[in-house]
Amino acid sequence: MTMTLSEQRAAVEDSPPPAARRPRRRSPLTWYRGGGLANLVFVLPMLFVFVFFSWSPIVQSVIMSLQKTNLIVAEWVGFDNYLAVIGDPELGRAVINTLWFAVLALLFGFPLPLLIAVLMSEVRRGKGLYSALAYLPVVIPPVVAVLLWKFFYSADPSGVFNTVLGWVGIPPQPWIQDAVQAMPSLVLEATWAGAGGSIIIYLAALLGVPPELYDAAEVDGAGIWKKVWHVTLPQLRGILFIMLILQVIATAQVFLEPFLFTGGGPAGATKTVLLYIYDKAFRNSLGGDYGEATAVSVLLAIVLAVLSWLYFKLTDRWSTT
Amino acid sequence: MKSPKRTLVAGVAVLATVTALAGCSAGGDEGSASGKTELRVATFPPGADAAAYDAFAAQEKQFEKEHPDIDIIGVEYEWEGPTFAVQLAGGSLPDVFTVPFTDSKTLLENGQLMDVTDAIDELGYTDRFNPIILDGVTGDDGKLYGFPRQAYAAALHYNRDLFEQAGLDPDNPPQTWDEIREAAKAITDATGKAGYAQMAINNTGGWQLTSQTVARGGRTQTDNGDGTAESTIDNDATKAALQFLHDLKWTDGSFGSKVDLDWGTINQEFAAGNIGMYTSGSDIYTALVRDFGMDSAIYGMTVVPLEGDDPGTLGGGDIAVMSPTIDETTKAAGVEWIDWYYMQKLMDKDAAVLDAKTLDESGQAVGTPLLPVLSRELYDESQEWIADYINVPVDQMKPFSERIWDQTPVGEPKVKTQEVYSLLDSVVQTVLTDQNADIDALLAQVQTEAQAKLDE
Repeated sequence: MTMTLSEQRAAVEDSPPPAARRPRRRSPLTWYRGGGLANLVFVLPMLFVFVFFSWSPIVQSVIMSLQKTNLIVAEWVGFDNYLAVIGDPELGRAVINTLWFAVLALLFGFPLPLLIAVLMSEVRRGKGLYSALAYLPVVIPPVVAVLLWKFFYSADPSGVFNTVLGWVGIPPQPWIQDAVQAMPSLVLEATWAGAGGSIIIYLAALLGVPPELYDAAEVDGAGIWKKVWHVTLPQLRGILFIMLILQVIATAQVFLEPFLFTGGGPAGATKTVLLYIYDKAFRNSLGGDYGEATAVSVLLAIVLAVLSWLYFKLTDRWSTT
Repeated sequence: MKSPKRTLVAGVAVLATVTALAGCSAGGDEGSASGKTELRVATFPPGADAAAYDAFAAQEKQFEKEHPDIDIIGVEYEWEGPTFAVQLAGGSLPDVFTVPFTDSKTLLENGQLMDVTDAIDELGYTDRFNPIILDGVTGDDGKLYGFPRQAYAAALHYNRDLFEQAGLDPDNPPQTWDEIREAAKAITDATGKAGYAQMAINNTGGWQLTSQTVARGGRTQTDNGDGTAESTIDNDATKAALQFLHDLKWTDGSFGSKVDLDWGTINQEFAAGNIGMYTSGSDIYTALVRDFGMDSAIYGMTVVPLEGDDPGTLGGGDIAVMSPTIDETTKAAGVEWIDWYYMQKLMDKDAAVLDAKTLDESGQAVGTPLLPVLSRELYDESQEWIADYINVPVDQMKPFSERIWDQTPVGEPKVKTQEVYSLLDSVVQTVLTDQNADIDALLAQVQTEAQAKLDE
């Protein structure tokens, strides 16, 4: 703020003509008189916290991704870290694992909450009770939930799920102790843990469907499934799509379940991208490869930023629904 | 100024934030209000029982009585791969802590340990250490960077109770790998429990596979002596060790269902009576009782069977070290503490008796078999000094303590130890989860990967 008034005027004259209906630039004096200083002072603490705890680590990690460092000494290596991780078959596998998680999460986790929400919206009595029951798993701390399920998934014949399977004559399954079954087991738990939130959102969206549409469908002789197919789903199209994108963004960052359930095993079958980053950075006791770990983080951030941008574009378009 | 009041309120808000953040800054002030030197020392892992705290409080008191100018602050500490480097960089490690042999070399090459040569010379310990062990704390500059504190050898731990249930003699534990396999099957057939189990995650899978390779006469790495090494993972001993696991898991069904155990969880399972046999360091009895609540009556320990033409017992241990960032006063206090807490009891009768007595009174294990970091004579002598306080079931450990001296100790691989272990984890997990795993192909592949790591 060291411009003289004449300099400012010059700057304004040099700048392109303001677009129509854009407010005129206020001088510092009017800004100050309008209480601008107090506003700025109010914003400062927030700004400080953001810069300190949020933005500076982001900048720091971009810098770190161009270095080889053990957090004590650092040397610049340019894009070597990026080349190294892109050429690492393990990262390819982690990406495939993450995509596999995402696909399974869509298969299990996407239709189920919708189905439950549609059913719940049809019940006449005890709606509150059902909502509470559906939302309950969301309230349980994730780590507790995983440890609980780890116990359920015990591969012994006496394990909780294996006992249940035994009642219907299915032999005991290895669950998370097996390379093929581990990932679906993880997704099952994640679905159980996350469905409540989606159900509540769908329920709210269902309330917004005009009842006369259903009445009209009924007059045309549609049964419940036809009503769902021809009225409910088209009406929910927007929200469904938003939920889909949100879920893809969320599954790209899956860490907790593989970390706590299997540590990425058996034999790397559940190692997701985030777990790959974690292992790169922290697996080796003497300081991992923080440079390569942050390089993958930056790449992941770019992918997620694109997805988020897509999400915003779409929500703009769908905002009418 | 339209609203001085609002500006004032905002000013107060800023002040509050700044003050709060200032409170966050590290308070690395040396010396407490009382003018004593504060020394933060590692104690034991989080989650130990109350008795462990009592024992430490008693020892703290004893030490502070002898050294009135030092204020000891116990810090819960467990050496854990993932957090160690970050703690080190963040300066949140205690002033005095312990690290495994495997990592000491790398740490001192990175300049992450305090040079303690003068202190060890002054105390007159330099010539008393076992030279093989002293080598692990000597830097390329010939300086010493830590006090070797205790060592262990690989051992086979077994559940005497399950042995009896399976009709096996707990006083005559298996002496060959084939006998272990037979015993494991007998235990599973009789009790339904895991006859044998093995760690497989968080680098412990690689650690145990390496240990069993050495026991079968193979080596996973040849040291060139200049900081480089050749990977020799693809050898017959490692193959036999993996085939053994495969046969127990898929042919006999005696391995148990859990293939995702590490040092902590396998101890927990064993303490709960779910495992017949497993291999781990000889020093775990203390942890089994203290941290996992094992009933000492079920515990049995013997040596790991050796076969092949150059077999050995994988050994390791840890070293008491100091952070390189502490000042001279704190360093002096740290040397006093290490000497008093870790070293004196190994060589001084009064100190050994006091230590044993204190631990015994707090119900802590005394007399868990270790390997000597000094000389065997001194170790045997020290066991005699504290004979009255030994409270571990010595007879149940006899199969180990009588035979361990006939076995050749072999150190862990020196180069990229943990990274190679991590690669081997995956091999162990594959063999235990895929009945049709091709062991030859796995070894050929991991050999290439490990060599690439070594050549980095």
